[in-house]
Amino acid sequence: MANGSSAQALLHIDWILVVSAAWLLVGAAGVAALRRLAFVARVLFPLGGALGLVLFGLAVSALGDTPEVAVLPIGLPSLPFHLRLDSLAAYFLMVIGAASAGISVFAAGYFRKGEGTPPGLLCMEYHVFLASMVGVVLADDAYAFMVMWETMALSSFFLVTANHRIPEVRSAGYLYITMAHIGAIAILLCFGVLQANTGDYTFDNMRAQRLEPFWASVGFLLAVLGFGAKAGVLPLHVWLPEAHPAAPSPVSALMSGVMLNTAIYGLLRVSLDLLHGPLWWWGALMLALGLATALYGVVFSAVQTDMKRLLAYSSIENMGLLFAGMGLTLIFTSFELWPMAALSLTASLYHVASHAAFKSLLFLGTGSVLHATSERNLGKLGGLIRTMPWVGWLVLLGVLASAGLPPLGGFVAEWLLLQSFLFTPGLPMPVLTMLVPVVAAVIALVAALAGYVMVKFFGVIFLGQPREERLAQAHDAGLWERAGMAWLALGCVALGLLPVQFIQLIDPVTRQLVQAGLGERVAAGGGWLLAPGSVAQASYGPVIFLIGILGCFALAYLLVRRLYHGRMRRGPPWACGFPWGTARMQDTAEGFGQPIRQIFEPFFVIRRELPTPFDEQPRYRVTVEDRFWHWLYLPVVDLANHMASVVGRLQQGRIAVYLLYSFVTLVATLLLVVQ
Amino acid sequence: MSWSGLLSQLLEIALAIALAPLLTGWINQWRAWLQNRSAPSLLQPYRMLHKLFNKESMVADHASRLFRSAPYVVFGCMVLACSIIPTLSTDLPLAPAADAIALVGLFALARVFISLAAMDVGTAFGTLGARREMLVGFLAEPALLMVLFSASLISNSTSLTTIVGTLAHRELAIYPGLAFAGVAFVMVSLAENARIPVDNPTTHLELTMIHEALILEYSGRHLALVEWAASLKLFAYSCIGLALFFPWGVAQAHEPLAMLLALPVLVLKLAVGGFLLALLETVSAKLRIFRVPEFLGTAFLLSVMAMLVQLLLSR
Repeated sequence: MANGSSAQALLHIDWILVVSAAWLLVGAAGVAALRRLAFVARVLFPLGGALGLVLFGLAVSALGDTPEVAVLPIGLPSLPFHLRLDSLAAYFLMVIGAASAGISVFAAGYFRKGEGTPPGLLCMEYHVFLASMVGVVLADDAYAFMVMWETMALSSFFLVTANHRIPEVRSAGYLYITMAHIGAIAILLCFGVLQANTGDYTFDNMRAQRLEPFWASVGFLLAVLGFGAKAGVLPLHVWLPEAHPAAPSPVSALMSGVMLNTAIYGLLRVSLDLLHGPLWWWGALMLALGLATALYGVVFSAVQTDMKRLLAYSSIENMGLLFAGMGLTLIFTSFELWPMAALSLTASLYHVASHAAFKSLLFLGTGSVLHATSERNLGKLGGLIRTMPWVGWLVLLGVLASAGLPPLGGFVAEWLLLQSFLFTPGLPMPVLTMLVPVVAAVIALVAALAGYVMVKFFGVIFLGQPREERLAQAHDAGLWERAGMAWLALGCVALGLLPVQFIQLIDPVTRQLVQAGLGERVAAGGGWLLAPGSVAQASYGPVIFLIGILGCFALAYLLVRRLYHGRMRRGPPWACGFPWGTARMQDTAEGFGQPIRQIFEPFFVIRRELPTPFDEQPRYRVTVEDRFWHWLYLPVVDLANHMASVVGRLQQGRIAVYLLYSFVTLVATLLLVVQ
Repeated sequence: MSWSGLLSQLLEIALAIALAPLLTGWINQWRAWLQNRSAPSLLQPYRMLHKLFNKESMVADHASRLFRSAPYVVFGCMVLACSIIPTLSTDLPLAPAADAIALVGLFALARVFISLAAMDVGTAFGTLGARREMLVGFLAEPALLMVLFSASLISNSTSLTTIVGTLAHRELAIYPGLAFAGVAFVMVSLAENARIPVDNPTTHLELTMIHEALILEYSGRHLALVEWAASLKLFAYSCIGLALFFPWGVAQAHEPLAMLLALPVLVLKLAVGGFLLALLETVSAKLRIFRVPEFLGTAFLLSVMAMLVQLLLSR
């Protein structure tokens, strides 16, 4: 291990590299034990989870330290990998480590025989995926970054297509890899702009460049395009609800909860670290993109009938909120309002962590449901909280966090974000100030709609009566699955209850990026109150909050029993005296989404097939589609097919013709070189 | 934390829990009088609660623990909400734990729990109620947040005690923003408290129900707690309205004697407010459910305009 500064003691970055290497070894062991499911599941995946925990610990201890660098002599001869571990990288490593620990432990109980790709290979792809995410975050030159980024895209592509015998999965994988590459090209071009014709692609060199506003803007826009394609930002979002649900559930969790964060990381790295002095309209652009994405994502999420697609759209919504937060940070940074930039950046970073926790948890929950019922369609589930209590109650925590309800993690991020909007009136630009109400209104609307979506998600899957007979035999998740989910649920709760401690922990990150932190002024009332300004201005104490609700709960419970009684009788449901109610009479997922479909009708392409009174077999069918398919994707696909058929004329299938092509190319190249 | 603070906090919680059913009774009484009916006694809600607590709870066979715990959670949320809204005094030790945004979150938490509980039994009416409640909620919640924001722009703070303190002790100035916010707030609170024109608290027709459909399966002590929570919610909303738009008479910190005056002032304000609510409900007709989004959308727009006007004029 070649080390930049000191060779005596191993630094954090070395240990993190050791963890990544160990992940790769675990993957290699998986290939060696290709079809021995018990060994792969019970030994290798838990090992990977333990390594995730180690990574989490290492990253936490590296958060406040000075940046460490390392050079790995792999790759092309004169192009070694430059790696750097600073606070920003450490923060994202922390999220990767913590979330992947829970997901790997869950995966130990998840993978079964006969799911397309053999388990050992899946284990290899999975751990390469994890190691490549670490690599993306650590990379300190464009070359290493792109290699890692592509490894991440490829390994996740193979994971998405694990069930490759299903045609839909294959086409989802194809769409995914295409979009990933469009994004990668944009990122590559962005680095090309950032190195400013020096030919030196290290991030150190890019940091040293002072680009003209025009070129800086070009670089920024390319970064938004590239990383936005990964994050699923409008209009580049269409692949996400296809690809993320197609993967096995732990992989969906890893992609939605963890991989999407690398896009956020990339944008933060480019816009706040590599580029200097953002222009105000960069922030405004990201804010607008983010808000549009968030609203679009949540509205589509509300009308989905497939539980994993619903969650995928909810990921799009959360990415939108993150973009909005980062946009605000850029606006504040462009006016050099550091404390406010620190507030909005903290909100975004907080959201990264809480989204990783709750979205991974929810996807894992769908995995358990899928295993117990082999059903993804919301219309055929129901009542599972009684047969799967562990999964039900753990998912409930994730649902509450995802709906942005106090006192869980999602609410803190939203609270900080709204606070940073309320502080915006200090901006020197009146136009932006006037936009505050609109922006705050959209964010509040998105948060409230997220509540609607989550009630639908939880209510239709876990509550009510089973909509199919066989659901009564659904079994609860095994111990491994429970442990993985419990770890992530713990994350949701801890993020919700200990905001002050967490913000103090991530203080170095905001100090690195926007030269100010909330760490010192955030604590009030002995660390129990979160107060970014002063207590008189705004404060939130989740622990007191929780104790208040639970205290009232307990008091009411005890008093009712003491003063009256605790008698209870079970009987058939009342239902206004209607005794013939069946499970089919409950709202379906379509029914629950109907108000949203009606209110937001312009968002969708809705096709209805309604039965007539004369039909032999009446059929009712509604399909809801994304307008962007028709506006953007189908034309692009048509164009690509057309181009392919034009280029296809070159392929004659005769060796003589191909030799002629080679010959012409060779001559042309030689001519060029000679000149 | 001072003794007077602790005292005013406890007094406020006790007052909210005790007075909330009275406010409901008062409104019901006025509604009956305005509609030319003979009115039930003012204490009828208490008798109702007492009766329900005495009764046995009937729970559907397959109802889960969520169904049984939701009434306590909702009740707890509402008590906490009442304890952080300054009604008598702004000297509330609990208030820093939750500001205006957290207050809206608290209402949302209660709404999500009661909706989930309604879906738990799995009857057609329960899910219908849950869907409609969430429909009302997702439009009303941001509107309420915007109303609170436009008030918080005046005091540059989202802490409820600071907002009320600033509003109560300002010079008598006209805030056009608050006028918009006031209209929006009235519309939102009608919707949130299941009043006409959005919902009818006395309806007996299942298809028009929202709140009643949610709690259709509850009986005995669970129903009592839910009903009590509903009246606490009405009380909380009335207090928010009074605190934002008629904040005079709320005692400041360090003036415990002013609390003695604050109590009769509060009762008077609530009595007038209750009468106006009954009047409003009597003269308006219930909207079809499909018109509710328009009604609430108007409230949402008004509240955004309130904030915009506030920003424009404060420059």
